[in-house]
Parts: sequence; structure tokens; C-alpha cells
Amino acid sequence: MSLLSSTTALLGKELRTEFRSRELLTTTVVFILMVIVLFSFTFDPTYNESRRFGPGLLWLAFLFAASLMLQPCFLREQNNDTLSALRLSVSDPFAIFLAKLIANTLFLLFTEVLMLPIFAVLYNVPVLRVLGQLLLVFFLGSLGVSIAGTALSAISAQARMRELLLPLLLLPLLTPVLVASTQVTVGLLDASPFLEWKGVGFLVVFDVIFLTALWLFGEYLLEE
Amino acid sequence: MTSRGFSPTGIRFENIEKRYGGLAALRRIRFEIAPGECVALAGRNGSGKTTLLRIAAGLVCPSSGELTFPSAAGASAGAAPVTSKTEAVRAKPSAGFVAHATMVYDELTAEENLLLFARLQQTPNATERVEKLLHEVGLFDRRSSLVRTFSRGMRQRVAIARALLHEPSILLLDEPSTGLDPQGVGWLAATLRQLRDAGCTILMSLHGESEISMLATRAIRLDAGLIVADTRTGAEVRSILTFADA
Amino acid sequence: MKKQVLAAAIVFLLVGAAAYGAFFVAPTERTMGPIQRIFYLHVSSAWTGLCAFFVCFIANILYVFRRQPQWDWLSISAAEVGLVFTTVVLVSGPIWAHPVWGIWWTWDARLTSTFILWLLYMCFLLLRTLVEEPDRRALFSALFGIFAFLDVPLVFGSIRWWRTQHPQPVVMGGSGSGLDPTMWKVLFFSWFAMLALMALLMRARYAMEAARGELEMVRHEAEAV
Repeated sequence: MSLLSSTTALLGKELRTEFRSRELLTTTVVFILMVIVLFSFTFDPTYNESRRFGPGLLWLAFLFAASLMLQPCFLREQNNDTLSALRLSVSDPFAIFLAKLIANTLFLLFTEVLMLPIFAVLYNVPVLRVLGQLLLVFFLGSLGVSIAGTALSAISAQARMRELLLPLLLLPLLTPVLVASTQVTVGLLDASPFLEWKGVGFLVVFDVIFLTALWLFGEYLLEE
Repeated sequence: MTSRGFSPTGIRFENIEKRYGGLAALRRIRFEIAPGECVALAGRNGSGKTTLLRIAAGLVCPSSGELTFPSAAGASAGAAPVTSKTEAVRAKPSAGFVAHATMVYDELTAEENLLLFARLQQTPNATERVEKLLHEVGLFDRRSSLVRTFSRGMRQRVAIARALLHEPSILLLDEPSTGLDPQGVGWLAATLRQLRDAGCTILMSLHGESEISMLATRAIRLDAGLIVADTRTGAEVRSILTFADA
Repeated sequence: MKKQVLAAAIVFLLVGAAAYGAFFVAPTERTMGPIQRIFYLHVSSAWTGLCAFFVCFIANILYVFRRQPQWDWLSISAAEVGLVFTTVVLVSGPIWAHPVWGIWWTWDARLTSTFILWLLYMCFLLLRTLVEEPDRRALFSALFGIFAFLDVPLVFGSIRWWRTQHPQPVVMGGSGSGLDPTMWKVLFFSWFAMLALMALLMRARYAMEAARGELEMVRHEAEAV
């Protein structure tokens, strides 16, 4: 019960601070947009080609963007030592992670949804007919990215070279997410679209495993 | 800060050691603060003052030793041995902590900050409590301004209001007067005096003599993680505090 | 000291015997010819590397709950030794693949997974160099090690299901790929020899790390006095 109320209070804080400055969202949107545009020069984005390469580059853009977006997650808490204040105040430190990973998932989803029509137009892929299924994959994939990324940003915030370290730790760990979500997206953008349930199930398994690991070990990440 | 419904609580450090790797930050720390006592910690930078305060706050877990909070009534609150950091946080003493940093969010208003921490601590009647505290620290008129726009003195007021949210019976302060103008120091001294007189146990690290150090009834001097002086005699208290400045 | 020399000699003999087995005891594979003999080194190293990472994982968990530096020393020894064995896999793979398939690198499921694994544990070592304070370094790398090892089955699963371009791995693929009984015996013997080598290397590395940890402690104590 206290976990729920602490998480909602903290989630409110995360959303309020972000929507007040909008720093993360704007930079991430611009970054993904740039990657999508630049990628289009590496091959001829006709419908057939895009169906093969589009999903992969889309997810790679999301992953890179996330590894940048997640940097300030715990770094922001160091400025005024607010992390200590949180640790003194919450009864379950998992609430701190839960609020942050929910906020990060929402931020990622928001930018992904914003980028989807632009991607569809630039790469000539029809997305409207599979919009619901695409959003499901986006959600499961972003959740996985946020769980692992929130945990690792607590580590990288306290290391040297942290700007480089987070992508280094995060990207290899997210290989399964990249492979599975790309695969499902390829199926959805096919001429005769289909939802690959095996891939969806795989993403759910990834999310559950890492959420459990974070629940078990998260509190140690906040130690001083 | 006025209506205090707590039983005064002391702090007992029993052979506290803290090592970072092989480096000892605190060694054989053994002393007891009686309920209601106001103790000043002196010592050079790096002598272990901050570590000691963070251990007392439950933020840092000692490598060995025990931290207990005996209450005036005789029973000992939160007396469980602190074996891991997490347990230290869970066996939460009733201490309020004012760190070197402000421990509040710059991007939130004063009121939002206090409401957030009140909700996390599950303070009953959070809204009224926050409103009352804002009046007491003199920030009620600026409650809707972002903390970012505040002066150092005003931030310190928010920080102290945050530490007092749950009406703690122990207050820990890490160099509370740094960066404050004389007016701010005066306000802080008056506030702490009020708390002390209400029976709040105070442990603070200080640099030099000021209006605030006048409140201390006992001074402890740390050097390289060891207690090198501990006195309750008025003149010696003053000399320990001024010596630290040199 | 004497015991260590003896252990090293035994391991040396074991590895030598495994090499002899691979070259002279195991029958020549029908289609690939003698090059297939690298299989005994390749596969046994891969298994041994995984075993080393498993040791690292166990040491990581024990460190998080017990906070004794010994577990940290064991984890770094295991990670480094595991990296050595996976490097052998990554080098012997292309050497085997080139004469057989005419290409150096195939995005074969297990080879690719091993590559990702190698990257993960490189990052594990990298993280250790970037955190200054010893306790924090030990804790953070232990936690990352736990996350990394949990990721291993997921990496293998995802790549095996979706990224394999070859219908079936040549040896030990599905149920149908029959391996000569002698080949099995030689393979298991090589694995045993590699495990012995792993234990030897890990022990030596652990002794080095322990000495380093104690030296650090003594130095700090000397500074404090």
C-alpha cells in the first residue's frame, strides 16, 4: 500500500519536473528524428527495402535515444542530494525505481508515438492498419529498455565517464529486446501483416525477469 | 515547530567504525548524546564529521558497531543492530537531517517539495502540516515559487522545513550556516534555540564560532576519524569550536 | 608453491592429452576433413567459458549478500578467465568456418551469442576500471554481473529463434545430428581438461587479486597512522 502511494507521489514529481522543462522530451524527439532522416541516406527507402530495414533502424534509433535519455535519471538526484532525501523518506526503495521506470517508459512511448507517423511517411510504410499491435510492441519494448536503463543509470551516475558508460552497459544487455521487438515489427509491417506472439511473449518474459531482478537488488544500487 | 508531541530521544554510538575500502573514515566512535542535548561537532574537512552525521541519519551503514536511539523514558527506540544499509533506513530513527546540499528539488516550488516528502513519509494531515511549516519558516508568501529562484538563505529554510516535516525528536545538521548571510544565521540560531528548548536533540557539525555555536552545550572534536576531545564545560566548548577554525 | 607447480603440471598433461585425443584418437569427420578437429577446442572452450561466467554470477550474488571482498576477487578472476575462453571460441570459430563455408564469420546463433556475451563481460571489466572507491566498485560490478548473467539465456534464446541464417548448426545441432561415440568421448575429455585449466587460471588470478586487495588495505592503514 505504501509502495503504491509512494510510487504515485514520485511519479507525479517525475512528470511534473519533466513537463516543466521538457528538456528530455525535446532532445530525444530531435535525436530520433535526426537518426531516422540520416538512416534514409544509407539505402533506398522504397516500400520493399523499408520493410526489411525499417524496423531494425527504428528500434536502433529508440535504443540509442533511450541510452541518452536515461542519463539524467539519477544524475538529477545528485545535484542537491535529493536521492538521500528520498531514501530517508520512502519505506520501500523499490518505489524510487518503479516511479522512475514508469516515467521513463511514458517518455519513451511518447517520443515513439510522435515519431511513428514521420517514420511511416519518410519510409513509405503503412502503419495505420496495425497501429494497435505496433503500440503493444512499443510499450513492451520500451518497458524493457526502461527497466534495464533505470537500473544501470543508477550505476553509471556514480562512475567516471558516465556519459559513455551508460550506453556501453545498456546496449549489449538490451540485445534480446532489440532482436525480439525488431522481429515483431517486421511481421507487422509485412505486406500481409501478422503479430508474432512468440516475440510478444519473449518481450513479456524479458520485462518480468528484469523487473524481478530490480525488485530484488534495486535497493543495493542506492547504497552510499 | 511549537507543538511537540514526542518523547525526547538520544543517540548512542557504540564502537562505530566506517571504512571505505581500506581507508578508515571513522574509528572507535563511542559516545552517547542524552535526550535534549545540543552537541556541536568540530574538526577539519575530512575528519569524519559528515560521515558521522550520515550514519546517524541512517544514510550510511557503519562497517561495524551499533547505533541506538535510547529514549528518555528508558526504552530504546530502533535499537535493532544496524547490519546493512537497508536495515539502517528501515529501522528509521526519528531524526531530521539537514545536509550540506539542500535535499530539495530546484524544479519544484517550495510547497510542492514539502508536499512530496510529506506524502512519502505518510505524514498525517500533510497539507495542513506543510502550510504550518511554510508559515513557520517564513516562506508562505513564496510557497508557489520554484526553489531555483530562491536565495541560499531561503533554500536553507526549505531544507530545514523538509527536515522538520515529521516532527523529529532528533535533528542532525551538517554545517547549516554555510552560505548564509548574517540575517539568515540569526534566523537559524533562533529556530534551533526554539527546537532545543522544546526538547529536540541536536547534533550539528560547525565551522568556527557563531550565533549557532552558542547554542551548543557540548562540543566533540574529530580528527582523522577519531574523537580527540569531548567536553561539556562552557569555556572548553568555545575553545574546541574556535580551534577547529584554525 | 610446490603444490601449485604440481597442479600446473597435471593441467598441462591433461590439456596435452586432450590435444592428442583431438588429433589422433577422434575419427576424421567425413565432409569437413581434419579442420573439424578444431571443434574439440572450440566447443569445450565455449562450455568452459560459460562455466566461468556462472562462477562469476555466484560470486556476485554472494558478494551482494555477504559483502566479503573475497567474493569480489573471485568474481573478477572468473570474469577474466571466462573472457579468455570466449576469446578462444571467437577466434577458433572463424578459423573453422573459413575452410568449411568459405567465409570467416557466420552469424551462427551460438557464435553470435558468444560474441554478445564477450561484449557484456568486457563491459563488466570496463565498469570496474571506472569506479574509484573499492566497496562501491565491488558492489556495482556485482550487480551488473547479476544483470548480465540473467541476460545470457535471453540473448541465446532471441538469437537462436530469430537470427540464425544457417538452417542447422553443423555439429550438435538438432536431434538428428549424430556424433560418433568416440567424438563425444574426446569432446568431454577436452572439456574436462579445459575446466582444469580454468580452475588453475582462476586460482592464480585470485591469488593476485587477493594480494592486491591486501596491499591496498595495508597502504591505507599506513597512510592513516
